[in-house]
Amino acid sequence: MDIHALQQIVHKTRDARRQQTLSKFSPAERDQLIHKYHPDFRASAYRPIRFGPNEGDKTVVELATLLEGDSSIQDHTDLTAHYTCDVLVIGGGGAGCAAALHAHGAGAKTILATKLRLGDSNSVMAQGGMQISVAPEDSPVTHFIDTLKGGHMQNDHALLKVMVEDGPSIAKWLLELGVLFDRQADGNLHVKKGGGSSKPRLLTCSDYTGLEIMRVLKDEVINQKIQLLEFAAAIELLSGEAGNCTGAIFKDLDNQRHVVVAAKCVILATGGIGRLHIQGFPTSNHYGATGDGLCLSYRMGAKLDHIDTFQYHPSGAVYPEQLIGQLVTEGIRSEGGQLVNAKGERFVNELDTRDVVSSSIIRECEEGRGIRTMSGRVGVWLDTPLLDVEHGPGTVEKHFPAMMLQFERFGIDISKDPVLIYPTLHYQNGGVKIDTNSETNVKNLFVAGEASGGLHGRNRLMGNSLLDLMVYGKRSGLTAAGRVGSMKQGQLTLKHLQRFRADAKKHGNVSGVISPMILPAYTRKVS
Amino acid sequence: MAQDDTNVIDQPEVMTPRMVTIEIAGKKVDVPEGITVVKAMWYAGMDVVRGVGCLGGFCGACATYYRTKDDPKVRTCLACQMAVQDGMSFTMMPSFPARKATYEIQKLKDPKQDLFNLYPEAPLCRNCNACTEACPQKIDVREGVWKAVFGDFKSVSEMFMDCVMCGMCTPVCIADIAPNLVALYVSRAQGAHFSEKPVGLDTRIKEIQDGQYNEEWDKVLKMSEKELAEHCATVK
Ligand SMILES: Cc1cc2nc3c(=O)[nH]c(=O)nc-3n(C[C@H](O)[C@H](O)[C@H](O)COP(=O)(O)OP(=O)(O)OC[C@H]3O[C@@H](n4cnc5c(N)ncnc54)[C@H](O)[C@@H]3O)c2cc1C
Ligand code: SF4
Ligand code: SF4
Ligand code: FES
Repeated sequence: MDIHALQQIVHKTRDARRQQTLSKFSPAERDQLIHKYHPDFRASAYRPIRFGPNEGDKTVVELATLLEGDSSIQDHTDLTAHYTCDVLVIGGGGAGCAAALHAHGAGAKTILATKLRLGDSNSVMAQGGMQISVAPEDSPVTHFIDTLKGGHMQNDHALLKVMVEDGPSIAKWLLELGVLFDRQADGNLHVKKGGGSSKPRLLTCSDYTGLEIMRVLKDEVINQKIQLLEFAAAIELLSGEAGNCTGAIFKDLDNQRHVVVAAKCVILATGGIGRLHIQGFPTSNHYGATGDGLCLSYRMGAKLDHIDTFQYHPSGAVYPEQLIGQLVTEGIRSEGGQLVNAKGERFVNELDTRDVVSSSIIRECEEGRGIRTMSGRVGVWLDTPLLDVEHGPGTVEKHFPAMMLQFERFGIDISKDPVLIYPTLHYQNGGVKIDTNSETNVKNLFVAGEASGGLHGRNRLMGNSLLDLMVYGKRSGLTAAGRVGSMKQGQLTLKHLQRFRADAKKHGNVSGVISPMILPAYTRKVS
Repeated sequence: MAQDDTNVIDQPEVMTPRMVTIEIAGKKVDVPEGITVVKAMWYAGMDVVRGVGCLGGFCGACATYYRTKDDPKVRTCLACQMAVQDGMSFTMMPSFPARKATYEIQKLKDPKQDLFNLYPEAPLCRNCNACTEACPQKIDVREGVWKAVFGDFKSVSEMFMDCVMCGMCTPVCIADIAPNLVALYVSRAQGAHFSEKPVGLDTRIKEIQDGQYNEEWDKVLKMSEKELAEHCATVK
């Protein structure tokens, strides 16, 4: 049928739905729903990791294969350093920029190396906002509780407490750098209510929160004259005598040469895994989200945490084809956008946590109440025009200019017509295990941002990632900078790799792939 | 999955993809109609490293010039957000050596005046409007440059909230202005110097420093798993 004909049911049922309140599921109902429909519980997609620090732990096949993968570096590789610094930051997203700025600010000679250009990352795409308890009726403790609930009580308490308590001072730092957070009439920060939160707590910059923060941080990195290596993909870390981290080897993507950087401390801020397309899901992530940091740390002997759980954002675009997997911001649901099945019915409280909402969408679709596309996808409606009806004409355009523009390019006016959505692979809930200084169990190896794990438990609460990046970017940068003054540069060796290879050999060199992946293979092979 | 033929969206382009001929940097190739410009390059067997970043329309890495069949007008787009059509020709914009001024944003004494030291070319705008026409985000760039020069920093910061820093407004400027960099400076100055200080935020920071939440923390952190779960259930 014509898409407009199918959309009629949404228009027709809108008035009736507006009167309706749907309560959230009880804890038992949530559990049941998630266990039945959430992709994290699809056992066939998982297998145990065969060796290394997380031997025996289960994760998705795509990731297990890469973790067990071999390095592209050979034993005889020349390890003479091209660059030497105190603190080497790997990754140019939010966590990397925050780490570099703080390390530099504390006097450390800092290099920031990144795979694409500075700022080409997931961070630049964050639209929904950043959770910080600034409202009078809110508190860091409430923020802590909400996050625990979202994370199914599996969050690392110490990491979480630090994040919620450091939050307000992070907001201040960003404001001083010139980030334009939305304000209330009285000059205080405007806060929105996010899914799974009991209080309004989301700071926003229109629907460009990540872009605005990244524009400012990138500009500041350049203003501070921090040394940049762009199009430099980390392909191996380096270890000293005691197994501590002493630098990294990069591949210059412009000329394929190796670049060796010696550092007293290394901060990995390489972000997430969306481009692994776990279980065949489309993704909202940037081009370089290939889990490189996980592979690099794992070979060094760093332990991973919660790597069996991923976040599938409830609203990835399903139509038009060109936008598949791209995010339709949660902000739409925060402002009252409803989810509607093919029968014109609501089926979940739209502000429940992401795993619950995603599971319920998958349930609707699996039980035949979805809307299908001819490319074999399926989805449910997100009633975007409802926002204009509720809050006055022009609301969608005013509050979601980025969304409007994105669909307008393909001739779709989301203030007039609902959009078709289905869960999209969005976030890696777990990652490399860190302590409250952002350091791993490998000495002088820090991990910050999405690549780290523990803080978010089994499901990250919306808006908590941007805060995580800033808090642990800062902590890693400051801790590393504070340490390097009294340190000597360690030796550059591949001892960790020899150990890893010996282990792999014992297990029959199981995976047979080279990791990290660096970039997904989208180029069509024309034979 | 239950099959229900009534709830299927018509997409003839998906069922029988029509091949179209396009030109990528002067080379003719056949690709399925309607895929994005970036995907067309992948389809044609090209590796794209420089030129792709977020794939979501936010990072500006994929700035591209294109022209449609028989139309002399060269337009701009973000390659990850633009569908190809028959007869289209395009080429990606290489990195452009625009000059970025450096500054310590917090230490500026008179940001509105400092604009003319940092970007002395800004007031030399000749009103050609090429920057506005080049902007894939539909920002009125020319207007923004003038507003910056006249000191209306607030308007500039609002107008350029959509700016993805693709830099397409820069090579076209006959006055060698980099409007996006001017706007970035202006927006940061607006935030750092001309926006109200949020009182509530300072209060919260002080509350935390003064240990106002310590008691509650003690209580929560000492709870057993079961107590904590029960406590969480009461917070709605
Ligand atoms: C579309 C979208 C919307 C989102 N919205 C929100 C939101 O509203 N609120 C929120 O809190 N969170 C949101 N998130 C989540 C959040 O944006 C990310 O979790 C966060 O930005 C991750 O930051 P990061 O610095 O850890 O990683 P990234 O920002 O992804 O940066 C990682 C960097 O490392 C580089 N890199 C990767 N591998 C290598 C390598 N081998 N060598 C060198 N460099 C490498 C990458 O190129 C990139 O520059 C969103 C995510 C997406 C994708
Ligand atoms: S103002 Fe310039 S840099 Fe910004 S989006 Fe428009 S063309 Fe790109
Ligand atoms: S392109 Fe340059 S000269 Fe022309 S209007 Fe824009 S800023 Fe002015
Ligand atoms: S790749 Fe980021 S805007 Fe196109």
